[in-house]
Amino acid sequence: MPEPSEMSTDEPDTTGGQPTDEGAGRSGWSRLLRMGRPRATRANLFATLLAVLLGFAMVTQVHEHRTSGLENLSQGDLIALLDGVNQQSLHLDQERAKLTRTRDSLKTSSGDKAAISAAQERKNVLGILAGTLPAKGPGIAITVSDPDRVVQPANLLDAVEELRDAGAEAIQIAGVRVVADTWFGVDDDNTMLVDGQPIQPPYIILAIGSPHTMSTAMAIPGGVIDSLKQLGAHPSVASLKTVNIDALRAPKKPRYAQSDGSAS
Amino acid sequence: MIPALGLVAGLVIGLLLHPDVPLWLQPYLPIAVVAALDAVFGAVRAVMDGIFNDRVFVISFLSNVVVAALIVFLGDQLGVGSQLSTGVVVVLGLRIFSNMAAIRRHLFHA
Repeated sequence: MPEPSEMSTDEPDTTGGQPTDEGAGRSGWSRLLRMGRPRATRANLFATLLAVLLGFAMVTQVHEHRTSGLENLSQGDLIALLDGVNQQSLHLDQERAKLTRTRDSLKTSSGDKAAISAAQERKNVLGILAGTLPAKGPGIAITVSDPDRVVQPANLLDAVEELRDAGAEAIQIAGVRVVADTWFGVDDDNTMLVDGQPIQPPYIILAIGSPHTMSTAMAIPGGVIDSLKQLGAHPSVASLKTVNIDALRAPKKPRYAQSDGSAS
Repeated sequence: MIPALGLVAGLVIGLLLHPDVPLWLQPYLPIAVVAALDAVFGAVRAVMDGIFNDRVFVISFLSNVVVAALIVFLGDQLGVGSQLSTGVVVVLGLRIFSNMAAIRRHLFHA
């Protein structure tokens, strides 16, 4: 068993505490005090030197341990640390691969693409119908010169209805887009109003659709062109390869009509 | 008394200077410190027991430090470095504890 090395006699440590009083009745405290008194011996000096070294070494070691990370570890410790880091790296790699797969599948899932393009299609169609998007395509242009201002709103409405019957998909009258709630009227000066906007003759009606069908519809006996001719408005129809309908209509939110929520 | 002051002085110097431990010294310093501590506690216990001797203290201090460093070095060479140094630390700790127990009994009779 190890022994306290300062004892000049060989005595095992495990005997524990020795009897404190040696005849003179000295207690531990008094002994400590006696020993504590400064003595100018060489051994005391040496002991002081060693104590200084010890304090210095303790603080240095503590500082070293705190500030150095891996340098002081033994080989076994370093290997264990490396194993742990490798394991962690493996787990992170697996997680990264899984997340990448998930992200890719979300990005390129075909179902979504079809839905998006379908929504885009519908938006275009509805935009043309509602007048929020410009349209262009083959169609006809009806020019009504109307020098005597004999054309009535009813005539314009007839023309629009006839064109729709003939399959017109977008209609524009004198720079005003004709949509579902377009109305025709006259103001006090007998000026033609379309959607409240005054228009002046000659009225140019543009329609995109099948040029043949529409011009045939216009030309039926007793139809639009006939009526306008009889009024003396001097209409003329021209089939065009490209009709540009640029007039737009700001979308108006309905105040009374509500959607009943059923999707189509 | 003076060695105790010396210890405090050493602590202060170390705190102020913050030196870097040279590489060749790094494995031995912790064990050397523990061995030196063991010598110090043993000295205090010897004082309690009334058998303190300056010379013995100095010699045992130095020999403790040297032996501890030697054991660490030998263990590293043999390949049982960590086990051996663990054993040394355990034994030194044991000695410190038992010395402290003796001191306590002297001082507080408990």
